[in-house]
Amino acid sequence: MEFVEKIKQKLQERFKSVTFTFEEFRGETTIKFNKESVVEVCEYLKTDDELKFNLCEDVTAIDWQRKKNRFTVVYQLFSLFNKTRLRLKCDLGEDTSIDSVTSIWQSSNWAEREAYDMYGITFDGHPDLRRMYMPEEFEYYPLRKDFPLMGIPGSIPLPKK
Amino acid sequence: MERLTKEDIHPKIVQALLGIDSNVSIDDALENEMILSMGPQHPATHGVLRLLLRLDGETIVACVPELGYLHRGYEKLAENMTYMEFIPHTDRLDYLAPPANNVAYALAVEKLAGIEAPPRAQYIRMVMCELSRMASHLVAIGSLAMDIGALTVFLWALREREKILDFFDDICGARFTTSYTRIGGVAADIREKTVENITAFLNQFGEKIDEIERLLNSNRIFIDRLEGVGVISGEKAIDLGLTGPSLRASGINYDVRKDVPYLFYNEVDFKVPLYSEGDCLARYFVRADELRESSKIIYQVFEKMPKGDVLLNSPKKVLPRKVEIYTKMEELIHDFMIVNFGINPPEGEIYSAVENPKGELGFYIVSKGEGHPWKLKIRSPSFVNIQSIPKLVEGEMISDVVAIIGSIDPVMGEADK
Repeated sequence: MEFVEKIKQKLQERFKSVTFTFEEFRGETTIKFNKESVVEVCEYLKTDDELKFNLCEDVTAIDWQRKKNRFTVVYQLFSLFNKTRLRLKCDLGEDTSIDSVTSIWQSSNWAEREAYDMYGITFDGHPDLRRMYMPEEFEYYPLRKDFPLMGIPGSIPLPKK
Repeated sequence: MERLTKEDIHPKIVQALLGIDSNVSIDDALENEMILSMGPQHPATHGVLRLLLRLDGETIVACVPELGYLHRGYEKLAENMTYMEFIPHTDRLDYLAPPANNVAYALAVEKLAGIEAPPRAQYIRMVMCELSRMASHLVAIGSLAMDIGALTVFLWALREREKILDFFDDICGARFTTSYTRIGGVAADIREKTVENITAFLNQFGEKIDEIERLLNSNRIFIDRLEGVGVISGEKAIDLGLTGPSLRASGINYDVRKDVPYLFYNEVDFKVPLYSEGDCLARYFVRADELRESSKIIYQVFEKMPKGDVLLNSPKKVLPRKVEIYTKMEELIHDFMIVNFGINPPEGEIYSAVENPKGELGFYIVSKGEGHPWKLKIRSPSFVNIQSIPKLVEGEMISDVVAIIGSIDPVMGEADK
């Protein structure tokens, strides 16, 4: 818990203009902030000598099925130095786009591609934003809540002979 | 081999393969380079992994992995079923170690619901995890050796694995699709006779590992094919998100069992094998050493394992036993409610990770207080580990690709979800 307090203090000192919201659930810490400062905050969390969140385990998104702030992008970080997990969350607005963090952690490359494939979120500055699982011609985003569980007939073309 | 033309590959993949800013098309590139499509039906790719290789002679210039041939949409399915119903699906993730996936999922849901399985159930889970780690590593070592031409090891390793699968059959009635854990415990207790059998198996297991190592460790061809191939530094490995044996072969001491202990791993004494070379040979050594460590853990668990219940008594969260459902009204009602409406964990989100044979398997679950998860994200180790293949194969020979894939040991069921 001491360490969580330290993260809070350090972040608020370093980024005075950004509002951070901290949540605790089952001993896990979640930090919420606006999406514009995602790259700066991540860069700081990775490079700071006391925090060193050097392993980006996952990047994913949540579809809340609502009009305003429909998507949230979630980052799971781990610090091999402190053996601590941290979760970052950024709400997306109308334009469903966010800056890519591939320049900070290369492991986020495919994770972001997957989020793009499944939710249609564009990661600005991503070096190779292609679909991960679905064919390139596919027009829908399967993990969005408005995509039916049974799929859409005819949406995947049959393979060429 | 048929020559690939522009129509065979999607333009975006071509672009990734040939470099973002180059204007060469596939046909131009063929003047002195070749595009080779390896997989998805290639035996050495351990499933339906497709690699597009750009070759200059026999040297690999670039590599683009293509995934999705086994994509079944488990994350979508999970959002539409109760927590209990998803357990059988976890078997099909890493199909070489199904009990380990069951345990990972059960731990995640239990963390979300705020319950804990009884001690005996947790010790049994540890036994199952370690047995499946051994089974998975035996396949990894065997198929790595087979990929580079040593067939005998494959047969010897699979013979040992067969014995482990027999234990799975004995404990939960299925060799592969175990679905062994329940939310709040395990499906069936482990019998005294089975404990004896497993101990007898472990007593002879060290010898069998020695046999396999004698075949490989002094084998000139095996060493030459692996030593110095697919080298990755520790820093780079962290950057690429590698976990499990592949990370520990690069000298990074990260094992979820030690660093963020779950179950009773903090009570047992075991070593985390570490090698600093970061090549294919080191990854093989880590797996071989982990086999011994796993059997050490199982011995200790059998000593510590208490008697008692294997399923938590918590009617609102845990399915009651069949016998009680048939004889008691109260249990029947609870069973009906759990099966039809689910266990309704409180609103919130958790990320729970365990050390699987391939690396760190994590479940990120978002709950809205309903019977089914609002979102369930599987952080599968193979998916992240495959991401490092383009870096590992760059500049290597084409024959090294099979060795590198074998040493990373991906399972496509898990990578494609």
